[in-house]
Parts: sequence; C-alpha cells; structure tokens
Amino acid sequence: MMQAVPIYLENCAKTFTDGTRALEPVDLAIAAGETLVLLGPSGCGKTTTLRLIAGLEQPDAGGRVLFGGEDVTALPIEKRNVGMVFQSYALFPNMTVAENIAYGLRLRRQSAAEQRARVGEMLALMRIERLADRSIDQLSGGQRQRVALARALAVRPRALLLDEPLTALDAKLRDTLRFEIDSLLRELGITAIYVTHDQAEAMALGDRIVVMDHGRIAQVGAPRDIYQRPASRYVAEFIGTMNRLSGHAEGEVFRCPGGYVVWPELPATAREILFRPEDTRIAAEGEAASLRGTVSAAFFCGDHVRLFVDVGEERPLVLETPARREYRHGETVALAVERHGLMVL
Amino acid sequence: MQHGRFLYGLQFAFTIAVCAFLVVPVVMSILAGLTVNYFVGLESGLTLRWVLEVWDGYRDTLFLSLGLALACLVLTLLLGVPLAYLLARSRGRLARAIEELLMLPVAVPGLATALGLIVAYGGLAGFRTSAAFILVGHVLFTLPFMVRSVLAVLSVIDLPTLEEGAASLGAGFAQRFRDIVLPNCRNGILAGALMVVTLSMGEFNMTWLLHTPFTKTLPVGLADAYASLRLEIGSAYTLIFFLLITPLLLALQALARPRRTVFAERDSSAENDS
Ligand SMILES: Nc1ncnc2c1ncn2[C@@H]1O[C@H](COP(=O)(O)OP(=O)(O)O)[C@@H](O)[C@H]1O
Ligand SMILES: [Mg+2]
Repeated sequence: MMQAVPIYLENCAKTFTDGTRALEPVDLAIAAGETLVLLGPSGCGKTTTLRLIAGLEQPDAGGRVLFGGEDVTALPIEKRNVGMVFQSYALFPNMTVAENIAYGLRLRRQSAAEQRARVGEMLALMRIERLADRSIDQLSGGQRQRVALARALAVRPRALLLDEPLTALDAKLRDTLRFEIDSLLRELGITAIYVTHDQAEAMALGDRIVVMDHGRIAQVGAPRDIYQRPASRYVAEFIGTMNRLSGHAEGEVFRCPGGYVVWPELPATAREILFRPEDTRIAAEGEAASLRGTVSAAFFCGDHVRLFVDVGEERPLVLETPARREYRHGETVALAVERHGLMVL
Repeated sequence: MQHGRFLYGLQFAFTIAVCAFLVVPVVMSILAGLTVNYFVGLESGLTLRWVLEVWDGYRDTLFLSLGLALACLVLTLLLGVPLAYLLARSRGRLARAIEELLMLPVAVPGLATALGLIVAYGGLAGFRTSAAFILVGHVLFTLPFMVRSVLAVLSVIDLPTLEEGAASLGAGFAQRFRDIVLPNCRNGILAGALMVVTLSMGEFNMTWLLHTPFTKTLPVGLADAYASLRLEIGSAYTLIFFLLITPLLLALQALARPRRTVFAERDSSAENDS
C-alpha cells in the first residue's frame, strides 16, 4: 500500500557553518520496507543523519543521498515526499486535528472528498476518530504523537523518518506507543528510519540498528547480533549491561582477582574478558565455584533479584537471580559464568 | 484581622482615587465641549454647537489622521511582519543588533526624529508639503511596536520546527508563510495593529514639527484649537476624537481576543482512546 524505496547514503559527511563536524563520511544502505534505528548517546549525530535523509540538511561536497535509483541530494525536503515525526510533534496550532492530517493532501490538490476519505482512514488507523475536530492544544502528549504519525503517513510518503518520537512521553505511554508503532511499521511495510538514544526501544523496533559514536558508525546489525557480538567495547557498553573481569591468560584459564574462569577458546593475549549478566549465575551447590565475591547491593524486582557482586574489579559484576532466596549486603557468594557467553574485545 | 481589613480599605480607596483622578478630567472635558458657556457652568445649558463648529472647521484634520493611521498600518504590516519573521528565524548577532536599533525611534524624542527628517528631506519641496512626509515619521515611530508584538508571539512557538513539519508535507516557502507563519502570528499582528493605529492617531511631538498648514492632523488641530479658540471648541474636539478612536480600539481588541480557550488534558487520557 505504501511505495517502499531503499535509501542509500554515499560518503555523507556534515560540517556545520560554525565548524562543528557532526558527521564523518558515512555509507549506509537501508532496504525497502526496513525499519532502521539510529542509536547513540546525545550529540553523536543521529538527528543530523536523519535530517540529511529528509533533505533538511545538505551533506558536505561529495556526499550523495539516493532514494531507489533517484539522486535526491539536491532536492529540498518539500520535494522528497518523506514523512517526518518530530520529538516536539510540530503540529500546527492554527489547525484542528483533521486539518493537520489533511494539510499534505491539500498541498497535493486532492479533492475535498479524497481528503475526507484519507483523513478518515488515518484517524481510524491511529484510533483517534474522536479527536478529529479538536484543536491541538486540547490534546495530550500521546494523542499528539498519534496525530503526528497520521499526518506524516496520510500523504503516502516514500519513507517515514522519526526523531525520538517517544522521548517526551512518560514510561507507561512510551511502552504502549512503542508497541503500536512497531505493529504499524510492520503492517505498512514502509521504509522507516527511527532515531533514539534508548537501547531498549532500538532493540524492540529495529530490523537493524546503527550504533553511532561521535559522528561515526560504530556497528550496523540486527539487534541480536549487536547484543551478542558487539564489534567494540563502546557498543558492548552502550547496549545492555556488560560484566568485565581483568587479569591474564594461563592456557585455558583466565586468572583474575576474584578467582578464575575456564574457557577453551581463550586467546593467549587476553587482558580482559566480557560477558552479559544473563550468562552469570550463582554457582550451584557442589559445583566448582571459580569466582568468589561479596554482595555490594541487592535490588528486589519481584520475580528476580538484581545482584551487584564485588569481585575485586573496578566495577561489581551484575547478575539476575531468582528471588526465592534473600541476599544480604556483605554476604559472600560463589559465581559461575556460562562459557558460550564469554567474549574478548 | 482588623489590620488586614484596614489595609484593604486603604488600597481600595487609593484605587478609586487614582481612577477618579484619571476619569474626572475626561468627563469634565466632554461636558465642557457640550456646555453653552463653560465659565458660567452647566446652568448655561447643553449644546451641540461647538461640536458642529469643530466638524465644519477641522473635518479635514480628522480624515487626514484616519488616512495616515491606516496608511501607517498598511506599511508597518508590509514591513514589520516579514522583518519580525526574519528576526525570529535568525539567531545571529546581527539580528539582535537590528532588534535593538529598531527601538531607537521610540527612545529618541519625537522632536529629534522630526528634525532629522526635516534636515535630510526638507529640501524636497513636494515631499515636504505632502502628508507622506508625516507618514514616514509615523512609520518610523510605530514600526518597532509592530515588529515587537509579532516577535513576541513568534518567540513562544517553535516556528522553525513547525515550518519543517509543513515542508515535509510538501509546502514550499510561500505556502508555509501563508498557512503556518501568518496564522500563528495572528494575535501578534492584531496587537501590533492596535498599537500602530492608536499611536499614529495620537502622535503629536513629531507631527507638530513635520506638519504644514495643509497637512494638519487631529492632535495638531486640537493643539491649535486649545491655543487659539474657546475652551469649549477644544473640548468638543476632544469629544470627537474620543468618538472616533473608541469604536476603532474596541473593534481591534475584539479581533485580537484568542479564538479558543485552552483545555489542557492529562497525558493519561491518551490510553483511554485505544
Ligand atoms: N545547526 C547546527 N549547527 C552547529 N552544530 C550543530 C547543529 N546541529 C547539530 N550540531 C552539533 O552536531 C552534533 C550532532 O548533533 P545531532 O545530530 O543533533 O546529535 P544527536 O541527534 O545524536 O543528539 C552535536 O555536537 C551538535 O551540537
Ligand atoms: Mg537528536
């Protein structure tokens, strides 16, 4: 129903007039119908990348933006036919909800009947029929975000660009809308680029994630790849939580202040090994306890306890364990690490 | 308690006194314009004679003032709104400097501005004796008020993002200006228009220097009437001025009132829609 196009960035860098280098030369291919998430901390160049695709910024000389086979580098945003959703919604306060949604159709000189039909369709899609005649200042944040999505989609854009659309909402509403946006993007099959600094949001929505670091692409991959096989320390630390032990290798044994870890594939030069909290557990009774430490904090989370265990490293190890047993501050615990979760970077 | 009530009473009395101080001269002046002989008092009877006399003698000043105010409004709209838009869109130091410079004609005494105009353009005889000469002075004086009030409205909305939103839907510059910028400036424009018309109608300092016997505005005529004729005539003149300006102001004020009341809702209501 939407005309999905692939999008290519070729050698796109961005230097602002004040000399700020927001983006180093970047190459990126976004498949037709794919949802690509740009993820990274504030100031890493996500919005700049999105604005280059939208046509709100021009890449430095030598950069090209392509929609399918068409070079759109020189086209201003109003000629690119992209839908945009802004963090601040950018709804027009001088128009009602229905007028906002119809605005793009009006610019395309559609007949009143066509406009009415399409607006009705969009209102139904976002389940905001009741709000059609409201003015924008009578809407809540979540309602505004729905109207912004409806308005952007009404014109059947070639791609949908979303810049932190949920950041301004409270946590519960964010969950609901994240779910809705996910089903919407899948249903429409539209090429979507979604900017966020929230890694949980990125994992949930993205077919692929682009992790950005100071204007560079640190890694591109499916959420699972990025989580399980981070390409660098930066990516490993940004996505989820990472446990770290420092020490040295002795054959298959990694020795560290808290004890040792056996790992057949251990590289001889390893000074540090990494693993996720879910690959860390309290050693079973009778099991050879290779790591020992003291509990520095235990947070009860209902179904599980989030434990912080000091094993003589810079930072305590983190793990989640069933809440059946109680853990006290200062208590000594024995830990085991699943071998398949071990990595060096 | 006793003390509080006393303070309240004092404040109330003070407010009434201030109002009276302002209102009594207006009422006196209006009555004076309608009295047969002001020195005898109201006993001499009420009459429209003075009003009619003023109407006969000074009608032209009245129409000139109205014309000037409207021309001034048109020019400040044409110059001020785009200027305010440009100032709102640019973050540079130059824009801030222009904003400050614009206020100069307000800060500098009107007489000084008028002298400046006469020194610079007084030699152009055709221009000097035309109403356009006064118009230039009025525009200089009122433009900052238009720019400021439009700018005030623009600075509370996120205009750049609104425009980007419109552009993403396919709106070029002209369409954005027509559909997004102007409607959102509406209240600022109306407030500015109110100021411009009022200020132009009542401007005396500058106009007094700029005017010629053929280009007398209402306030200048009023000064003449007070200075050279009976007090009753001056007062009748004031009365006409009031009758003219009050409906004008009321109409503009009604236009400037916000169209809708704001009912902000809590965020959680969004979940109830689905
Ligand atoms: N218009 C601009 N002029 C100058 N510097 C800018 C401009 N926009 C963004 N930057 C800078 O470019 C960098 C990247 O910004 P941005 O793309 O907005 O980051 P993100 O969206 O990831 O938070 C930041 O250092 C930011 O300060
Ligand atoms: Mg950003």
